[in-house]
Amino acid sequence: MKFSCEVDVRHLTRVEGHGNITISIKNGVVKKAQWEVVETPRFFEALLVGKHWENAPYICGRICGICSIGHTLASIRAVENAFGITPSPQTANLRLLLKHMETLQSHILHLYFLAAPDFLGVGSVLPLAKSHPEVVQRALRLKLLANDACDIIGGRRLHPTRTVVGGFTMLPEKGELEKIRQRLLASVPDLLASAELFKTFGIPDFSRETEFVSLKGETDYPFIGGGLVSTDGVLKKEHQYRGMTNEYCAEGFTSKLSKLSRASFAVGALARLNNNFPLLHPTAQEVSKSLGLVPVNHNPYMCNVAQLVECVHVVFDSVQLIDTLLGSPWQEPRQPVQAKKGEGVGAVEVPRGILYHYYKFNSHGKVIKADCVIPTSQNHANILHDIEALASQYAGTGKQDREIELLAEMLVRAYDPCISCSVH
Amino acid sequence: MSGQLSYLGIPLVRPKVGFFELSSCEGCQLQLLNNEATLLDFLNLVEIVNFREGMSERADTYDIAFVEGSVTRKDEITRLTEIRKHAKILVALGSCACFGGVNQLKNRFRDLDWVKKEVYGDFPIETMEVHPLADFVQVDLEIFGCPIKKEEVERIVTDLVVGKTVRHPEYPVCMECKANENICLFELGEPCLGPVTRAGCDAWCTSNRRGCWGCRGPAEGANLNQMKEIMHIYGFSNEILLDRLECFGGFASFADTVRSQNKKTPARKKKS
Repeated sequence: MKFSCEVDVRHLTRVEGHGNITISIKNGVVKKAQWEVVETPRFFEALLVGKHWENAPYICGRICGICSIGHTLASIRAVENAFGITPSPQTANLRLLLKHMETLQSHILHLYFLAAPDFLGVGSVLPLAKSHPEVVQRALRLKLLANDACDIIGGRRLHPTRTVVGGFTMLPEKGELEKIRQRLLASVPDLLASAELFKTFGIPDFSRETEFVSLKGETDYPFIGGGLVSTDGVLKKEHQYRGMTNEYCAEGFTSKLSKLSRASFAVGALARLNNNFPLLHPTAQEVSKSLGLVPVNHNPYMCNVAQLVECVHVVFDSVQLIDTLLGSPWQEPRQPVQAKKGEGVGAVEVPRGILYHYYKFNSHGKVIKADCVIPTSQNHANILHDIEALASQYAGTGKQDREIELLAEMLVRAYDPCISCSVH
Repeated sequence: MSGQLSYLGIPLVRPKVGFFELSSCEGCQLQLLNNEATLLDFLNLVEIVNFREGMSERADTYDIAFVEGSVTRKDEITRLTEIRKHAKILVALGSCACFGGVNQLKNRFRDLDWVKKEVYGDFPIETMEVHPLADFVQVDLEIFGCPIKKEEVERIVTDLVVGKTVRHPEYPVCMECKANENICLFELGEPCLGPVTRAGCDAWCTSNRRGCWGCRGPAEGANLNQMKEIMHIYGFSNEILLDRLECFGGFASFADTVRSQNKKTPARKKKS
């Protein structure tokens, strides 16, 4: 039997950004289990100081190349809250639809391109194009649909062009929305086939009791705005976010870290699902149950399954949103903006968890203070504690180094970390 | 997928390609996965041997290295130098790599300690003034844009593979915007750098009624003084002009000129 193990992963692959995993087990005892974030900081909170308010969403959207739409929307919401602007129902619906399509795009990218290769025993999606062409084609179809919808609503799938404080610079053609609606309905078999594929994947048997934090849905599954809830019973309003995020710095992380009721907590698809399961579309609930995911689930690898369940939910909800939008004539795309002194918070559930943007403006509408709290930075401490628990669980079980390394890599990937975003 | 490629009857070798990132949002690399319709064709054209964001395999030799992001920490100079050593052709991918991108907005503060303290308080963190790749290594080709336009990348990579000379449009975004039959954004009350920014994006933002912020840097012979005058004629302040000029770093020298003429803007923070 093998009772010692050395894992040293520099710049973990198939995740966004730069992180390292180190595990050292000697004679069945864990000597070291570390998750490190070495990404370079870009100092977005400082970049904004002195800038006119309209710069905030434009610049801050560029924090992230995967969830740029989420960042842009959180930033816009923070500015609008500071200026006392309430988006029109049309704007709110279009933003949510855009958000849904980013969620779909990001989850499909993660599930098929970043996570699935581990379950299918390959290093990337590239060999799957030959060995499992139908799987790759299905992933590309779903991703293309989501990206096309983002183009049509937001003007561009990455760093959107039409999204501005007050609304949109221009609106989509109704005929284009109708086509997206048809493609969404036609994508349901692809999503159900995805669920069947995931049933064949062996999700590692590991769980660690965790505090899950997400926005709290009132009537709908939460995506944009509102208070937060945790499985440990914490409730806070949107503007009280700092009482939840509690950011601190620590050795080994260029990102900040967070904690709430315990040493760490988790945000993301699994947290949202654990806290808001009854608000999922009925079909999404069925898919979740069929994959063995019912709240509260403490296995971090199930975040993959939660993402898939959310894909089903956003597709059905998007069809309803389009029906609402098509049901009435277009109103003005944007409302006038009057800058004023004040501060505002914008919360958005981006694919990896709750994202907060906060700005304080002077009377000229210039940023005097900015704060962005990224979901992956909220997850880092939890990833670290999961890796420690994983190492303890497998220390002395005789597993090969490569097996433990793969389990640790898959664990980090399950969180779908966006590391450069978390450091920003 | 594989099979012999040829162009005008001449067999082509699929180049080994590596993708790398320094300080960035990794969005430009993501753009390459975002071309679902042509992704498989694109993959047939090259052999990807290094793409950390998408695959576990890594190789140390490659014909073309695409490097995204700007240099903001000393260890990135070492990484970049290593990548340069192994690559026959080094391509700067996106505005961060070409000009510093939004990251270089940090350079407008003279006091880096203030910048660090504003974000990290007293926690020690390493950073430096932001630089584009060409400040440290020879860059063979630049692909502009924040984000890059996937169609443009595919065209450029195809040109590289078949051995054609890669040319960027010399004319401004304004030309493409007119060709797309858009109403001029100035007429709609929107400031725009379209008249001076290098084309090639097919007027991506302006066709969506968003003024151009100059992410692709200046067109050849861009008349920047005239740009300033247009802004003034339409009632836009130097500050609004400066926000756009300094956003991505491509117009850095002109931004400096405007800044020095514009005493009202607190251009460089001295607070510590």
